[in-house]
Amino acid sequence: MRSPLLKRTPFVAVLILSALYFLLPLWWLIVSATKSNSGLFNSNGFWFAEPHLWENLVNTFTASGGVFPRWVLNSILYSGVAGVVGTLLAAGAGYVLGKFTFRGKRLLFGFVLAGVLVPNVLLTIPLYYVAASVGLTNNVLAVILPSCVNPFGVFLLMVYAEASVPTELLEAARIDGAGEIRVFFTMVMKILTPALVTVLMFIFVATWTNFMLPLVMFNDPELYPVTLGLYSWQNYKGASNYDIVLTGALLSIIPLVIGFFSLQRHLRSGMAMGGLKG
Amino acid sequence: MPRVVWVLIIPFLLFFVATMIVPIVWTIVQSFFTETSGGGLGLGGTQETVFAGFSNYAKVLTSGPFWTGMGRVLLFGVVQVPLMIAFAITLALILDSFRRRFAQVFQLAYFLPYAVPGVIAALLWAYLYVPEISPIVQLLHTIGIPADFLAANTVLWSIANINIWLWTGYNMIIFIAALQAVPTEQFEAAKLDGAGEFRIAWSIKLPGIRTIIGLSVLMSIIGTIQLFNEPTIIKTVSSTIDSQYVPMMMAYHVAFGGGDTGYASAIAISIAVVAGALVYVYYTLSTGGWRRKKES
Repeated sequence: MRSPLLKRTPFVAVLILSALYFLLPLWWLIVSATKSNSGLFNSNGFWFAEPHLWENLVNTFTASGGVFPRWVLNSILYSGVAGVVGTLLAAGAGYVLGKFTFRGKRLLFGFVLAGVLVPNVLLTIPLYYVAASVGLTNNVLAVILPSCVNPFGVFLLMVYAEASVPTELLEAARIDGAGEIRVFFTMVMKILTPALVTVLMFIFVATWTNFMLPLVMFNDPELYPVTLGLYSWQNYKGASNYDIVLTGALLSIIPLVIGFFSLQRHLRSGMAMGGLKG
Repeated sequence: MPRVVWVLIIPFLLFFVATMIVPIVWTIVQSFFTETSGGGLGLGGTQETVFAGFSNYAKVLTSGPFWTGMGRVLLFGVVQVPLMIAFAITLALILDSFRRRFAQVFQLAYFLPYAVPGVIAALLWAYLYVPEISPIVQLLHTIGIPADFLAANTVLWSIANINIWLWTGYNMIIFIAALQAVPTEQFEAAKLDGAGEFRIAWSIKLPGIRTIIGLSVLMSIIGTIQLFNEPTIIKTVSSTIDSQYVPMMMAYHVAFGGGDTGYASAIAISIAVVAGALVYVYYTLSTGGWRRKKES
Protein backbone atom coordinates (compact mmCIF):
# COMPACT_ATOMS: atom_id res chain seq x y z
CA MET A 1 0.00 0.00 0.00
CA ARG A 2 2.91 2.39 0.67
CA SER A 3 4.42 2.80 -2.75
CA PRO A 4 6.81 5.73 -3.31
CA LEU A 5 5.20 9.15 -3.63
CA LEU A 6 6.49 9.64 -7.16
CA LYS A 7 4.67 6.57 -8.38
CA ARG A 8 1.44 7.93 -6.94
CA THR A 9 1.64 11.37 -8.54
CA PRO A 10 -0.29 10.46 -11.72
CA PHE A 11 -3.08 9.00 -9.60
CA VAL A 12 -3.29 12.08 -7.41
CA ALA A 13 -3.43 14.17 -10.60
CA VAL A 14 -6.37 12.10 -11.84
CA LEU A 15 -8.10 12.57 -8.48
CA ILE A 16 -7.62 16.35 -8.50
CA LEU A 17 -8.70 16.80 -12.12
CA SER A 18 -11.79 14.72 -11.41
CA ALA A 19 -12.56 16.79 -8.33
CA LEU A 20 -12.38 19.94 -10.48
CA TYR A 21 -14.77 18.40 -12.99
CA PHE A 22 -17.33 17.58 -10.30
CA LEU A 23 -16.97 20.76 -8.26
CA LEU A 24 -16.37 23.57 -10.76
CA PRO A 25 -19.96 23.68 -12.06
CA LEU A 26 -21.18 24.07 -8.48
CA TRP A 27 -18.57 26.75 -7.83
CA TRP A 28 -19.74 28.54 -10.98
CA LEU A 29 -23.31 28.36 -9.66
CA ILE A 30 -22.31 29.96 -6.35
CA VAL A 31 -20.36 32.72 -8.10
CA SER A 32 -23.11 33.35 -10.64
CA ALA A 33 -25.79 33.67 -7.98
CA THR A 34 -23.98 36.81 -6.81
CA LYS A 35 -24.09 38.51 -10.21
CA SER A 36 -26.61 40.62 -12.06
CA ASN A 37 -27.81 39.59 -15.51
CA SER A 38 -25.35 41.91 -17.19
CA GLY A 39 -22.57 40.85 -14.81
CA LEU A 40 -23.05 37.28 -15.99
CA PHE A 41 -22.21 38.37 -19.52
CA ASN A 42 -19.37 40.75 -18.76
CA SER A 43 -17.24 39.15 -16.09
CA ASN A 44 -15.03 36.14 -15.54
CA GLY A 45 -17.45 33.29 -14.92
CA PHE A 46 -15.35 31.59 -12.28
CA TRP A 47 -14.81 34.63 -10.10
CA PHE A 48 -16.95 37.21 -8.29
CA ALA A 49 -17.61 40.57 -9.93
CA GLU A 50 -20.00 43.12 -8.46
CA PRO A 51 -21.88 42.08 -5.34
CA HIS A 52 -25.47 41.58 -6.41
CA LEU A 53 -26.53 38.68 -4.21
CA TRP A 54 -29.02 40.61 -2.12
CA GLU A 55 -30.84 42.00 -5.19
CA ASN A 56 -30.90 38.50 -6.68
CA LEU A 57 -32.41 37.08 -3.51
CA VAL A 58 -35.05 39.80 -3.45
CA ASN A 59 -35.82 39.23 -7.14
CA THR A 60 -36.03 35.47 -6.67
CA PHE A 61 -38.42 35.77 -3.75
CA THR A 62 -40.65 38.38 -5.42
CA ALA A 63 -40.74 37.19 -9.05
CA SER A 64 -44.04 35.78 -10.37
CA GLY A 65 -45.94 37.13 -7.41
CA GLY A 66 -43.52 35.73 -4.83
CA VAL A 67 -44.19 32.09 -5.68
CA PHE A 68 -40.64 30.80 -5.09
CA PRO A 69 -40.85 30.14 -1.31
CA ARG A 70 -44.11 28.34 -2.01
CA TRP A 71 -42.28 26.03 -4.45
CA VAL A 72 -39.64 25.21 -1.85
CA LEU A 73 -42.31 24.46 0.75
CA ASN A 74 -44.12 22.27 -1.77
CA SER A 75 -40.94 20.29 -2.39
CA ILE A 76 -40.44 19.84 1.35
CA LEU A 77 -44.07 18.80 1.81
CA TYR A 78 -44.15 16.28 -1.05
CA SER A 79 -40.75 14.78 -0.25
CA GLY A 80 -41.36 14.72 3.50
CA VAL A 81 -44.79 13.09 3.36
CA ALA A 82 -43.73 10.60 0.67
CA GLY A 83 -40.57 9.84 2.64
CA VAL A 84 -42.35 9.07 5.92
CA VAL A 85 -45.32 7.21 4.45
CA GLY A 86 -43.16 5.37 1.93
CA THR A 87 -40.70 4.27 4.61
CA LEU A 88 -43.50 2.93 6.81
CA LEU A 89 -45.00 1.02 3.88
CA ALA A 90 -41.62 -0.40 2.93
CA ALA A 91 -40.81 -1.32 6.55
CA GLY A 92 -43.99 -3.39 6.90
CA ALA A 93 -43.54 -5.14 3.59
CA GLY A 94 -39.79 -5.62 4.00
CA TYR A 95 -40.08 -7.04 7.52
CA VAL A 96 -42.79 -9.48 6.52
CA LEU A 97 -40.87 -10.62 3.44
CA GLY A 98 -37.68 -10.98 5.43
CA LYS A 99 -38.95 -12.76 8.55
CA PHE A 100 -42.10 -14.72 7.64
CA THR A 101 -42.99 -17.56 5.34
CA PHE A 102 -46.45 -17.44 3.85
CA ARG A 103 -48.32 -18.40 0.73
CA GLY A 104 -47.72 -16.02 -2.15
CA LYS A 105 -44.40 -14.81 -0.75
CA ARG A 106 -42.48 -15.71 -3.88
CA LEU A 107 -45.03 -13.98 -6.07
CA LEU A 108 -44.88 -10.86 -3.92
CA PHE A 109 -41.10 -10.87 -3.99
CA GLY A 110 -41.26 -11.18 -7.78
CA PHE A 111 -43.50 -8.12 -7.93
CA VAL A 112 -41.15 -6.12 -5.74
CA LEU A 113 -38.17 -7.07 -7.87
CA ALA A 114 -40.04 -6.24 -11.09
CA GLY A 115 -41.00 -2.94 -9.47
CA VAL A 116 -37.32 -2.11 -8.92
CA LEU A 117 -36.72 -2.54 -12.64
CA VAL A 118 -39.73 -0.60 -13.95
CA PRO A 119 -38.45 2.79 -15.08
CA ASN A 120 -40.04 5.63 -13.12
CA VAL A 121 -40.26 8.00 -16.04
CA LEU A 122 -41.99 5.36 -18.12
CA LEU A 123 -44.71 5.06 -15.47
CA THR A 124 -45.45 8.77 -15.54
CA ILE A 125 -47.80 8.90 -18.51
CA PRO A 126 -49.75 5.80 -17.32
CA LEU A 127 -50.02 7.43 -13.89
CA TYR A 128 -51.37 10.57 -15.50
CA TYR A 129 -54.13 8.64 -17.27
CA VAL A 130 -55.17 6.93 -14.03
CA ALA A 131 -55.08 10.21 -12.10
CA ALA A 132 -57.12 11.91 -14.82
CA SER A 133 -59.76 9.20 -14.73
CA VAL A 134 -60.25 9.57 -10.97
CA GLY A 135 -60.07 13.36 -11.08
CA LEU A 136 -56.78 13.68 -9.20
CA THR A 137 -54.79 15.77 -11.67
CA ASN A 138 -53.74 19.14 -10.36
CA ASN A 139 -53.97 17.63 -6.87
CA VAL A 140 -50.96 17.13 -4.59
CA LEU A 141 -51.97 13.51 -4.03
CA ALA A 142 -51.23 12.78 -7.69
CA VAL A 143 -47.55 13.38 -6.95
CA ILE A 144 -47.38 12.23 -3.33
CA LEU A 145 -49.13 8.85 -3.61
CA PRO A 146 -46.96 7.38 -6.39
CA SER A 147 -43.82 8.72 -4.67
CA CYS A 148 -44.64 6.63 -1.57
CA VAL A 149 -44.07 3.39 -3.46
CA ASN A 150 -40.43 2.38 -3.40
CA PRO A 151 -39.80 -1.28 -4.26
CA PHE A 152 -36.06 -0.80 -3.80
CA GLY A 153 -36.72 0.31 -0.23
CA VAL A 154 -38.76 -2.84 0.40
CA PHE A 155 -35.92 -4.92 -0.99
CA LEU A 156 -33.35 -3.14 1.17
CA LEU A 157 -35.40 -3.47 4.36
CA MET A 158 -36.12 -7.10 3.61
CA VAL A 159 -32.41 -7.84 3.36
CA TYR A 160 -31.73 -5.83 6.51
CA ALA A 161 -34.55 -7.41 8.53
CA GLU A 162 -33.46 -10.89 7.47
CA ALA A 163 -29.94 -10.25 8.71
CA SER A 164 -30.50 -8.19 11.83
CA VAL A 165 -33.85 -9.02 13.46
CA PRO A 166 -33.16 -12.09 15.64
CA THR A 167 -35.88 -14.73 15.32
CA GLU A 168 -35.39 -15.72 18.99
CA LEU A 169 -36.27 -12.18 20.03
CA LEU A 170 -39.56 -12.36 18.15
CA GLU A 171 -40.31 -15.74 19.71
CA ALA A 172 -39.51 -14.50 23.19
CA ALA A 173 -41.81 -11.52 22.70
CA ARG A 174 -44.57 -13.82 21.49
CA ILE A 175 -44.21 -16.07 24.55
CA ASP A 176 -44.43 -12.95 26.71
CA GLY A 177 -47.74 -12.31 25.02
CA ALA A 178 -46.80 -9.17 23.13
CA GLY A 179 -48.97 -8.70 20.06
CA GLU A 180 -47.25 -9.08 16.70
CA ILE A 181 -48.15 -5.57 15.64
CA ARG A 182 -46.77 -4.15 18.86
CA VAL A 183 -43.59 -6.17 18.43
CA PHE A 184 -43.22 -4.62 15.01
CA PHE A 185 -43.75 -1.04 16.12
CA THR A 186 -41.73 -1.20 19.33
CA MET A 187 -38.91 -3.66 18.75
CA VAL A 188 -38.52 -4.30 15.04
CA MET A 189 -38.69 -0.66 14.00
CA LYS A 190 -35.96 0.14 16.50
CA ILE A 191 -33.66 -2.54 15.12
CA LEU A 192 -34.38 -1.44 11.56
CA THR A 193 -33.65 2.25 12.27
CA PRO A 194 -30.36 2.60 10.32
CA ALA A 195 -31.94 1.06 7.24
CA LEU A 196 -35.11 3.10 7.73
CA VAL A 197 -33.09 6.32 7.66
CA THR A 198 -31.49 5.20 4.41
CA VAL A 199 -34.81 4.38 2.79
CA LEU A 200 -36.34 7.64 4.02
CA MET A 201 -33.50 9.52 2.39
CA PHE A 202 -33.78 7.62 -0.86
CA ILE A 203 -37.49 8.38 -1.14
CA PHE A 204 -36.98 12.00 -0.08
CA VAL A 205 -34.29 12.57 -2.70
CA ALA A 206 -36.22 10.69 -5.40
CA THR A 207 -39.32 12.80 -4.75
CA TRP A 208 -37.39 16.07 -4.53
CA THR A 209 -35.63 15.39 -7.84
CA ASN A 210 -38.70 14.12 -9.68
CA PHE A 211 -39.55 16.39 -12.57
CA MET A 212 -41.77 14.64 -15.07
CA LEU A 213 -44.47 13.53 -12.63
CA PRO A 214 -45.27 17.06 -11.38
CA LEU A 215 -44.82 18.32 -14.94
CA VAL A 216 -47.69 16.17 -16.22
CA MET A 217 -49.89 16.34 -13.11
CA PHE A 218 -49.92 20.05 -12.25
CA ASN A 219 -51.31 23.01 -14.17
CA ASP A 220 -51.35 25.40 -11.26
CA PRO A 221 -47.92 27.00 -10.64
CA GLU A 222 -48.85 27.27 -6.96
CA LEU A 223 -48.53 23.47 -6.72
CA TYR A 224 -45.15 23.20 -8.46
CA PRO A 225 -42.18 21.76 -6.62
CA VAL A 226 -39.04 23.85 -6.93
CA THR A 227 -37.54 21.79 -9.79
CA LEU A 228 -40.57 22.33 -12.01
CA GLY A 229 -40.89 25.95 -10.93
CA LEU A 230 -37.34 26.82 -11.96
CA TYR A 231 -37.86 25.05 -15.27
CA SER A 232 -40.98 27.13 -15.87
CA TRP A 233 -38.99 30.31 -15.24
CA GLN A 234 -36.21 29.25 -17.53
CA ASN A 235 -38.61 28.08 -20.21
CA TYR A 236 -41.11 30.91 -20.42
CA LYS A 237 -39.30 34.05 -19.48
CA GLY A 238 -36.55 34.00 -22.04
CA ALA A 239 -33.00 35.11 -21.47
CA SER A 240 -33.63 38.03 -19.14
CA ASN A 241 -34.01 35.93 -16.03
CA TYR A 242 -30.69 34.17 -15.61
CA ASP A 243 -30.35 35.81 -12.21
CA ILE A 244 -33.48 34.37 -10.62
CA VAL A 245 -33.06 30.92 -12.18
CA LEU A 246 -29.47 30.63 -10.97
CA THR A 247 -30.13 32.07 -7.51
CA GLY A 248 -33.21 29.87 -7.18
CA ALA A 249 -31.20 26.83 -8.29
CA LEU A 250 -28.55 27.53 -5.67
CA LEU A 251 -31.14 28.05 -2.93
CA SER A 252 -32.97 24.86 -3.90
CA ILE A 253 -29.92 22.62 -3.57
CA ILE A 254 -28.67 24.07 -0.26
CA PRO A 255 -31.07 21.98 1.91
CA LEU A 256 -30.19 18.87 -0.08
CA VAL A 257 -26.46 19.46 0.19
CA ILE A 258 -26.71 20.04 3.94
CA GLY A 259 -28.77 16.86 4.34
CA PHE A 260 -26.32 15.07 2.12
CA PHE A 261 -23.29 16.04 4.18
CA SER A 262 -24.88 15.22 7.51
CA LEU A 263 -26.34 11.91 6.40
CA GLN A 264 -23.86 10.69 3.77
CA ARG A 265 -22.65 7.88 6.02
CA HIS A 266 -26.17 6.41 6.09
CA LEU A 267 -26.59 6.98 2.41
CA ARG A 268 -23.39 5.18 1.58
CA SER A 269 -24.02 2.23 3.84
CA GLY A 270 -27.51 1.90 2.38
CA MET A 271 -26.18 1.91 -1.14
CA ALA A 272 -23.55 -0.62 -0.18
CA MET A 273 -26.21 -2.92 1.28
CA GLY A 274 -28.38 -2.67 -1.81
CA GLY A 275 -25.49 -3.09 -4.18
CA LEU A 276 -23.87 -5.99 -2.39
CA LYS A 277 -26.98 -8.04 -2.00
CA GLY A 278 -28.17 -7.41 -5.51
CA MET B 1 -50.88 -17.63 8.13
CA PRO B 2 -50.19 -15.04 10.81
CA ARG B 3 -52.52 -12.06 10.73
CA VAL B 4 -49.59 -9.70 11.16
CA VAL B 5 -48.44 -10.59 7.65
CA TRP B 6 -51.59 -9.15 6.17
CA VAL B 7 -51.77 -6.13 8.41
CA LEU B 8 -48.22 -5.12 7.54
CA ILE B 9 -48.26 -5.93 3.88
CA ILE B 10 -51.68 -4.78 2.76
CA PRO B 11 -50.92 -1.04 2.93
CA PHE B 12 -47.89 -1.49 0.68
CA LEU B 13 -49.83 -3.79 -1.64
CA LEU B 14 -52.66 -1.26 -2.01
CA PHE B 15 -50.22 1.50 -2.96
CA PHE B 16 -48.29 -0.82 -5.23
CA VAL B 17 -51.38 -1.99 -7.09
CA ALA B 18 -52.80 1.52 -7.40
CA THR B 19 -49.64 3.22 -8.63
CA MET B 20 -47.92 0.45 -10.59
CA ILE B 21 -50.17 -2.43 -11.60
CA VAL B 22 -53.28 -0.38 -12.42
CA PRO B 23 -51.46 2.25 -14.52
CA ILE B 24 -49.56 -0.41 -16.46
CA VAL B 25 -52.63 -2.55 -17.17
CA TRP B 26 -54.66 0.57 -18.00
CA THR B 27 -52.04 1.72 -20.48
CA ILE B 28 -51.81 -1.68 -22.13
CA VAL B 29 -55.61 -1.72 -22.56
CA GLN B 30 -55.69 1.85 -23.87
CA SER B 31 -52.99 1.11 -26.41
CA PHE B 32 -55.51 -1.09 -28.24
CA PHE B 33 -58.12 1.64 -28.50
CA THR B 34 -58.39 4.81 -30.48
CA GLU B 35 -60.58 7.87 -30.30
CA THR B 36 -62.65 8.95 -33.22
CA SER B 37 -63.86 12.48 -32.81
CA GLY B 38 -66.61 13.97 -34.90
CA GLY B 39 -66.00 17.58 -34.04
CA GLY B 40 -63.77 19.65 -31.79
CA LEU B 41 -61.68 18.38 -28.95
CA GLY B 42 -63.90 16.77 -26.38
CA LEU B 43 -66.19 19.74 -25.88
CA GLY B 44 -69.07 18.42 -27.95
CA GLY B 45 -68.92 14.98 -26.39
CA THR B 46 -68.99 13.38 -29.80
CA GLN B 47 -65.79 11.48 -29.12
CA GLU B 48 -66.01 7.74 -29.33
CA THR B 49 -63.47 5.22 -28.17
CA VAL B 50 -63.28 2.23 -30.46
CA PHE B 51 -61.19 -0.93 -30.47
CA ALA B 52 -58.26 -0.47 -32.79
CA GLY B 53 -56.40 -3.77 -32.59
CA PHE B 54 -52.70 -3.31 -33.20
CA SER B 55 -53.10 -0.16 -35.28
CA ASN B 56 -51.50 2.09 -32.64
CA TYR B 57 -48.51 -0.25 -32.52
CA ALA B 58 -48.32 -0.29 -36.32
CA LYS B 59 -48.19 3.49 -36.15
CA VAL B 60 -45.31 3.31 -33.66
CA LEU B 61 -43.39 0.71 -35.66
CA THR B 62 -43.64 2.74 -38.85
CA SER B 63 -42.96 6.08 -37.19
CA GLY B 64 -39.76 7.72 -38.32
CA PRO B 65 -39.30 9.91 -35.23
CA PHE B 66 -39.77 6.95 -32.87
CA TRP B 67 -36.93 4.97 -34.39
CA THR B 68 -34.72 8.02 -34.85
CA GLY B 69 -35.23 8.79 -31.17
CA MET B 70 -34.67 5.17 -30.19
CA GLY B 71 -31.48 5.05 -32.25
CA ARG B 72 -30.37 8.24 -30.54
CA VAL B 73 -30.83 6.92 -26.98
CA LEU B 74 -29.16 3.64 -27.94
CA LEU B 75 -26.15 5.48 -29.36
CA PHE B 76 -26.20 7.65 -26.25
CA GLY B 77 -26.25 4.59 -23.98
CA VAL B 78 -23.54 2.71 -25.89
CA VAL B 79 -21.18 5.65 -25.33
CA GLN B 80 -22.34 7.15 -22.03
CA VAL B 81 -22.81 4.01 -19.92
CA PRO B 82 -19.36 2.45 -20.56
CA LEU B 83 -17.65 5.85 -20.18
CA MET B 84 -19.37 6.52 -16.87
CA ILE B 85 -18.83 3.02 -15.49
CA ALA B 86 -15.15 3.05 -16.54
CA PHE B 87 -14.70 6.48 -14.93
CA ALA B 88 -16.38 5.28 -11.73
CA ILE B 89 -14.30 2.09 -11.61
CA THR B 90 -11.09 4.04 -12.18
CA LEU B 91 -11.87 6.44 -9.34
CA ALA B 92 -12.97 3.61 -7.06
CA LEU B 93 -9.79 1.59 -7.68
CA ILE B 94 -7.53 4.61 -7.14
CA LEU B 95 -9.31 5.67 -3.95
CA ASP B 96 -9.35 2.10 -2.69
CA SER B 97 -5.56 2.05 -2.77
CA PHE B 98 -5.18 5.30 -0.77
CA ARG B 99 -5.44 5.82 2.95
CA ARG B 100 -9.02 6.18 4.10
CA ARG B 101 -8.87 9.73 5.49
CA PHE B 102 -7.35 11.05 2.26
CA ALA B 103 -9.75 9.08 0.09
CA GLN B 104 -12.86 10.24 1.90
CA VAL B 105 -12.44 13.91 0.99
CA PHE B 106 -12.34 13.01 -2.70
CA GLN B 107 -15.19 10.54 -2.35
CA LEU B 108 -17.41 13.30 -0.99
CA ALA B 109 -16.45 15.68 -3.79
CA TYR B 110 -17.31 13.11 -6.46
CA PHE B 111 -20.52 12.06 -4.74
CA LEU B 112 -21.76 15.62 -4.23
CA PRO B 113 -23.53 15.96 -7.62
CA TYR B 114 -25.87 13.18 -6.45
CA ALA B 115 -27.41 15.78 -4.12
CA VAL B 116 -28.23 17.99 -7.11
CA PRO B 117 -31.59 17.18 -8.73
CA GLY B 118 -31.20 16.12 -12.38
CA VAL B 119 -33.26 19.08 -13.53
CA ILE B 120 -31.12 21.56 -11.63
CA ALA B 121 -27.96 19.91 -12.94
CA ALA B 122 -29.34 20.17 -16.47
CA LEU B 123 -30.21 23.86 -15.93
CA LEU B 124 -26.73 24.50 -14.61
CA TRP B 125 -25.00 22.76 -17.49
CA ALA B 126 -27.40 24.35 -19.99
CA TYR B 127 -25.99 27.73 -18.94
CA LEU B 128 -22.46 26.34 -19.07
CA TYR B 129 -23.12 25.42 -22.72
CA VAL B 130 -24.61 28.76 -23.77
CA PRO B 131 -21.71 30.63 -25.44
CA GLU B 132 -22.73 34.09 -24.19
CA ILE B 133 -22.31 33.33 -20.49
CA SER B 134 -20.33 30.10 -20.32
CA PRO B 135 -16.78 30.58 -19.04
CA ILE B 136 -15.91 27.18 -20.48
CA VAL B 137 -16.93 28.07 -24.03
CA GLN B 138 -15.21 31.45 -23.69
CA LEU B 139 -12.02 29.83 -22.44
CA LEU B 140 -12.01 27.34 -25.31
CA HIS B 141 -12.57 30.16 -27.79
CA THR B 142 -9.65 32.17 -26.40
CA ILE B 143 -7.27 29.26 -26.87
CA GLY B 144 -8.56 28.81 -30.40
CA ILE B 145 -11.06 25.96 -30.07
CA PRO B 146 -14.41 26.97 -31.61
CA ALA B 147 -16.43 24.75 -29.31
CA ASP B 148 -20.19 24.63 -29.76
CA PHE B 149 -21.83 22.35 -27.22
CA LEU B 150 -25.32 22.93 -28.57
CA ALA B 151 -24.83 22.11 -32.26
CA ALA B 152 -26.76 19.27 -33.89
CA ASN B 153 -23.79 16.90 -33.81
CA THR B 154 -22.57 17.72 -30.31
CA VAL B 155 -25.67 18.29 -28.20
CA LEU B 156 -26.25 14.57 -27.57
CA TRP B 157 -22.79 14.32 -26.02
CA SER B 158 -23.38 17.46 -24.01
CA ILE B 159 -26.39 15.70 -22.51
CA ALA B 160 -24.27 12.59 -21.93
CA ASN B 161 -21.84 14.77 -19.98
CA ILE B 162 -24.65 15.88 -17.64
CA ASN B 163 -25.49 12.26 -16.88
CA ILE B 164 -21.86 11.37 -16.34
CA TRP B 165 -21.47 14.34 -14.00
CA LEU B 166 -24.56 13.32 -12.04
CA TRP B 167 -24.08 9.57 -11.70
CA THR B 168 -20.36 8.74 -11.75
CA GLY B 169 -19.94 9.43 -8.04
CA TYR B 170 -23.00 7.39 -7.15
CA ASN B 171 -21.66 4.38 -9.02
CA MET B 172 -18.20 4.93 -7.58
CA ILE B 173 -19.55 4.74 -4.02
CA ILE B 174 -21.21 1.42 -4.79
CA PHE B 175 -17.97 0.08 -6.29
CA ILE B 176 -15.88 1.25 -3.34
CA ALA B 177 -18.21 -0.50 -0.92
CA ALA B 178 -17.96 -3.64 -3.01
CA LEU B 179 -14.17 -3.42 -3.16
CA GLN B 180 -14.00 -3.29 0.62
CA ALA B 181 -15.83 -6.60 0.72
CA VAL B 182 -13.26 -8.37 -1.49
CA PRO B 183 -11.23 -10.62 0.85
CA THR B 184 -7.82 -9.04 1.49
CA GLU B 185 -5.96 -12.36 1.88
CA GLN B 186 -6.03 -12.59 -1.89
CA PHE B 187 -4.11 -9.32 -2.26
CA GLU B 188 -1.53 -10.41 0.28
CA ALA B 189 -1.02 -13.69 -1.52
CA ALA B 190 -0.75 -11.94 -4.87
CA LYS B 191 1.70 -9.41 -3.45
CA LEU B 192 3.89 -12.21 -2.11
CA ASP B 193 3.87 -13.66 -5.61
CA GLY B 194 5.23 -10.32 -6.84
CA ALA B 195 2.08 -8.88 -8.44
CA GLY B 196 2.02 -5.08 -8.81
CA GLU B 197 -0.93 -2.87 -7.91
CA PHE B 198 -2.17 -2.73 -11.51
CA ARG B 199 -2.05 -6.49 -11.73
CA ILE B 200 -3.93 -6.85 -8.43
CA ALA B 201 -6.55 -4.32 -9.50
CA TRP B 202 -7.09 -5.97 -12.86
CA SER B 203 -6.95 -9.64 -11.88
CA ILE B 204 -8.35 -9.70 -8.35
CA LYS B 205 -10.25 -6.53 -7.48
CA LEU B 206 -12.16 -6.11 -10.76
CA PRO B 207 -13.34 -9.73 -11.02
CA GLY B 208 -14.26 -9.50 -7.35
CA ILE B 209 -16.84 -6.79 -8.00
CA ARG B 210 -18.07 -7.79 -11.47
CA THR B 211 -21.58 -8.70 -10.25
CA ILE B 212 -22.04 -5.22 -8.86
CA ILE B 213 -20.61 -3.63 -12.00
CA GLY B 214 -23.10 -5.70 -13.98
CA LEU B 215 -25.95 -4.43 -11.83
CA SER B 216 -24.85 -0.82 -12.29
CA VAL B 217 -24.69 -1.27 -16.06
CA LEU B 218 -28.17 -2.76 -15.99
CA MET B 219 -29.65 0.13 -14.03
CA SER B 220 -27.84 2.61 -16.28
CA ILE B 221 -29.27 0.99 -19.43
CA ILE B 222 -32.77 1.30 -17.96
CA GLY B 223 -32.01 4.93 -17.12
CA THR B 224 -30.85 5.64 -20.66
CA ILE B 225 -34.00 4.35 -22.36
CA GLN B 226 -36.16 6.68 -20.27
CA LEU B 227 -34.01 9.74 -20.95
CA PHE B 228 -36.34 12.74 -20.66
CA ASN B 229 -35.40 15.40 -18.11
CA GLU B 230 -32.03 16.44 -19.47
CA PRO B 231 -32.98 16.80 -23.16
CA THR B 232 -36.17 18.61 -22.12
CA ILE B 233 -34.13 21.19 -20.23
CA ILE B 234 -31.42 21.51 -22.88
CA LYS B 235 -34.19 22.03 -25.45
CA THR B 236 -34.81 25.44 -23.86
CA VAL B 237 -31.35 26.62 -24.95
CA SER B 238 -30.78 24.61 -28.13
CA SER B 239 -32.87 24.79 -31.27
CA THR B 240 -31.37 21.49 -32.47
CA ILE B 241 -33.56 19.51 -30.07
CA ASP B 242 -37.12 19.04 -31.27
CA SER B 243 -40.11 17.81 -29.31
CA GLN B 244 -39.53 14.21 -30.45
CA TYR B 245 -35.80 14.11 -29.82
CA VAL B 246 -35.96 10.98 -27.62
CA PRO B 247 -38.79 8.41 -27.32
CA MET B 248 -39.99 9.65 -23.92
CA MET B 249 -40.22 13.22 -25.24
CA MET B 250 -42.20 11.86 -28.17
CA ALA B 251 -44.59 10.02 -25.83
CA TYR B 252 -45.01 13.21 -23.79
CA HIS B 253 -45.56 15.27 -26.92
CA VAL B 254 -48.17 12.85 -28.29
CA ALA B 255 -49.94 12.53 -24.94
CA PHE B 256 -50.09 16.22 -24.03
CA GLY B 257 -49.46 18.05 -27.29
CA GLY B 258 -51.78 15.95 -29.44
CA GLY B 259 -53.92 14.32 -26.78
CA ASP B 260 -53.82 10.98 -28.60
CA THR B 261 -54.21 8.62 -25.65
CA GLY B 262 -54.09 5.33 -27.55
CA TYR B 263 -51.03 6.26 -29.58
CA ALA B 264 -49.19 7.69 -26.54
CA SER B 265 -49.95 4.50 -24.61
CA ALA B 266 -48.62 2.38 -27.47
CA ILE B 267 -45.41 4.46 -27.52
CA ALA B 268 -44.94 4.03 -23.76
CA ILE B 269 -45.49 0.27 -23.97
CA SER B 270 -43.14 0.03 -26.96
CA ILE B 271 -40.40 1.82 -25.02
CA ALA B 272 -40.93 -0.62 -22.13
CA VAL B 273 -40.70 -3.58 -24.53
CA VAL B 274 -37.45 -2.29 -26.06
CA ALA B 275 -36.06 -1.67 -22.55
CA GLY B 276 -37.07 -5.18 -21.47
CA ALA B 277 -35.50 -6.68 -24.58
CA LEU B 278 -32.25 -4.81 -23.97
CA VAL B 279 -32.13 -5.90 -20.35
CA TYR B 280 -32.74 -9.48 -21.46
CA VAL B 281 -30.00 -9.34 -24.11
CA TYR B 282 -27.57 -7.78 -21.66
CA TYR B 283 -28.41 -10.34 -18.98
CA THR B 284 -27.99 -13.30 -21.34
CA LEU B 285 -24.72 -11.95 -22.74
CA SER B 286 -23.20 -11.11 -19.38
CA THR B 287 -24.18 -14.29 -17.51
CA GLY B 288 -23.14 -16.34 -20.54
CA GLY B 289 -19.81 -14.56 -20.60
CA TRP B 290 -19.22 -15.07 -16.90
CA ARG B 291 -20.06 -18.75 -17.11
CA ARG B 292 -17.59 -19.25 -19.92
CA LYS B 293 -14.89 -17.47 -17.96
CA LYS B 294 -15.49 -19.64 -14.92
CA GLU B 295 -15.27 -22.83 -16.96
CA SER B 296 -11.94 -21.96 -18.53
